[in-house]
Amino acid sequence: MRPFRYERATDPDGAVALLSRSPQAAFLGGGTNLVDLMKLDVARPDLLIDIRGAVSGVIEELPDGGVRIGAGVSNSDLAAEPLIRERYPVVAQAVLNGASTQLRNVATVGGNLLQRTRCLYFQDITTACNKRQPGSGCSAIDGHNRDLAILGTSPDCIATQPSDLAVALAAVDATVQTVGPDGSRGIPLTELHRLPGSEPQHDNVLAHGELITAVDLPPLAMAARSRYRKIRDRASYAFALVSVAAAIDVADGQVRDVRIALGGVAHKPWRARRAEDLLRGGPATEDRLRRAAEAELAEAQPQSDNAFKIPLARNAIVRTVLDLVEAER
Amino acid sequence: MDTEISLRVDGAERRLTVDTRTTLLDALRERLGNTSPKKGCDHGQCGACTVLLDGRRANSCLALAVAHDGAEIVTAAGLAADGDLHPMQRSFIAHDAFQCGYCTPGQIVSAVAMLDEAANGWPSAVTFEAPDGSDGAVGTGPVDLATSPDEIRERMSGNLCRCAAYANIVPAIQEVAQS
Repeated sequence: MRPFRYERATDPDGAVALLSRSPQAAFLGGGTNLVDLMKLDVARPDLLIDIRGAVSGVIEELPDGGVRIGAGVSNSDLAAEPLIRERYPVVAQAVLNGASTQLRNVATVGGNLLQRTRCLYFQDITTACNKRQPGSGCSAIDGHNRDLAILGTSPDCIATQPSDLAVALAAVDATVQTVGPDGSRGIPLTELHRLPGSEPQHDNVLAHGELITAVDLPPLAMAARSRYRKIRDRASYAFALVSVAAAIDVADGQVRDVRIALGGVAHKPWRARRAEDLLRGGPATEDRLRRAAEAELAEAQPQSDNAFKIPLARNAIVRTVLDLVEAER
Repeated sequence: MDTEISLRVDGAERRLTVDTRTTLLDALRERLGNTSPKKGCDHGQCGACTVLLDGRRANSCLALAVAHDGAEIVTAAGLAADGDLHPMQRSFIAHDAFQCGYCTPGQIVSAVAMLDEAANGWPSAVTFEAPDGSDGAVGTGPVDLATSPDEIRERMSGNLCRCAAYANIVPAIQEVAQS
């Protein structure tokens, strides 16, 4: 690991000021991804600014009936929180399907959203990777790409965004609150991460020095019966090949509203708006679900080893939403 | 860059100077001579380095010592108060829940923490998979581990055993959960 300085911030503005002055500095939350990347020499900060004392570590109800999650809340505390388990079970489920308890005890909500891709080549400094070293090439496109993206890829990068939590938050229309050098703002979670395009080195739209302070969940009645389904190579403690976060509101046999987001398929949590649009206003039958899922995946561009993800994602959408519909009957 | 920190390790106050790069695991093993937590993968994937960090299980290999100044740490060695083995340690011996033993201190710390988590009502991914599919309706009361090997397997999935002693680890934990 390369030498670095360590400082503690006690409030968001102080953290932002410290980071903004140092182009190679990084915020440190739980460190479960960052410290690992520093060991691998993938991340090379010269200054770590510990923000655990600078951001909120509590979960609270908002006046509009929503819930605010402090960015410093641990993944474990988020998943155990009764407000989350009752109103947004998809969020608790997604968190519990990621990592191990040891990691969830330490990892923060803000850090979870900003964790880097687990693409093998990104984590191996002896290989070419446009995300790690812009312009060096993508080793994954002609290499081992079974785990990687099928939607929204570019000729420069086919990495996937690894957070399960982000997929659930995309489905329930969460908003990320930030403080940065230019003030504070709210970013819809679906717009926090970006597609790789020609600049895969940028995972998200945050400016250098911009700090996530909280995640807001809007009031969403149907989220009380939401579900996260994760498909992976082993039953536990593995990243998603495909995952689905879903919520649905069915009345008189008709879909009044529905939310679907996919994980493991793109450089960002993939909100399936095309499928949602096709489902609204008709019955929630297996046949309609399959056609909606196929429409969502119509533009998928598989790599040499991951074409299986297209039927897997289709089936996962159908099964997950159908389970919700059947549980509601 | 050197920094002076203090840690409370297995009940004893320790002061030491560490480089900012020093992990909690290296501080414990190389500086304080506590070799109970083991270095397996050193990347947070195997769980051999598991300790209780301020009461919660954590991978000490991914924790920077400088970021945990003042922390209370309990290792597997510290679970045996005054030389009396912890019930979980006795159960691992009784059930032959190890072969080479390298992962065992991490397994035991993790299992002890897991019993607390379940008693406090923490759900796991398995808790949400109710047989009637009624997820969302997960109670907040204690989770019964004694009758659910699936709960134990899920909650222990952050501790790998290369000898694959899992078949004995699960009953060893189950017995302590029952008592």
